[in-house]
Amino acid sequence: MAFINMKNKEIQAKIVYYGPGRGGKTSNLEYIYKQFRDRIPSDMVSIKTHGDRTLFFDFLPFDVGKIMGYSTRVQLYTVPGQVKYDATRRLVLKGVDGIVFVADSLAVQREKNLISLKNLQINLAAHKKDIFHVPLVLQYNKRDLDEPGIPILSLETLENDLNRQLKVPSFPASALNGDNVVLTLKRVIALTIASFQKRL
Amino acid sequence: MAPHHEKSMNLTEYAPGQDQLDKIEQILLTDLIASGVHCVLLIDFAGNIIAQGDDGRSQIDVYSLAALSAANFGAVEAMAKIVGQEEFALLFHKGETGSLYFSKVNNELLIISVFGKEIILGLLRMKVADAILKIQQIWKST
Repeated sequence: MAFINMKNKEIQAKIVYYGPGRGGKTSNLEYIYKQFRDRIPSDMVSIKTHGDRTLFFDFLPFDVGKIMGYSTRVQLYTVPGQVKYDATRRLVLKGVDGIVFVADSLAVQREKNLISLKNLQINLAAHKKDIFHVPLVLQYNKRDLDEPGIPILSLETLENDLNRQLKVPSFPASALNGDNVVLTLKRVIALTIASFQKRL
Repeated sequence: MAPHHEKSMNLTEYAPGQDQLDKIEQILLTDLIASGVHCVLLIDFAGNIIAQGDDGRSQIDVYSLAALSAANFGAVEAMAKIVGQEEFALLFHKGETGSLYFSKVNNELLIISVFGKEIILGLLRMKVADAILKIQQIWKST
């Protein structure tokens, strides 16, 4: 639920990176944090397990600059991808304005992508939001694994599995190398801002 | 995945007017900062900061504090439900020189007070309760 501060001419919006465990959600935020240190007013917050997996969420406030005269800050969050942390995922989705679904291109992760996307739909419904109406971008991560010869899903398969009905923007990416990480972010910000621009 | 064609039922954004925000900030300053609270944030449960006040000396990363507080409060509410409670009314973290006090204003808003030894918890709770009543009245009219 974006907050528009008419007094200070400021917008705060919440964007959540969702997807299966070890898919690269935290890596996306880490890359953004490295690339845009000057636009990020504080350190990245990560609540992790001792095994370095996301326990609650990662958090990164990101200063987008002025949009129609309003200083715009997007708050980037990740959710824990592991199946057992479903209650936590639902909490982080509260008040979400835009979503990046980070799918794992590894062939062995095909089923987990589908389960996680279905889980997103269910958890959004718990907040009375419809996956077909929320600003959403798909990212097919780990495309870099193709070169060392690790079996990955084709983009056609990923599109067919995940985007056949949604028909939202999608990007092949490598969060590790930074390929299309910024493009994904730009697109979800644009969709999110457009969704409430009529109020400005 | 079956499409749902009905639109989302709740508002996806809200915007209290300048006059209302001015009044809320004034309440935070006169009721809480003037009583010795170092920093006070009014946030929503998505972690957005709606209004804030501080004593001019506080150097807190308020955005991270807001995000963590919203999540923490949400987690505690979920724990309350697991043990059969609607909510835990008091949420207080005590440090050696600084402490945090969280208070629910309504189903949308939360107040976080950062305070030291200048104010005792009992007085703070009274002051926060007064501020909450006033903010509820203003928020109703947004």
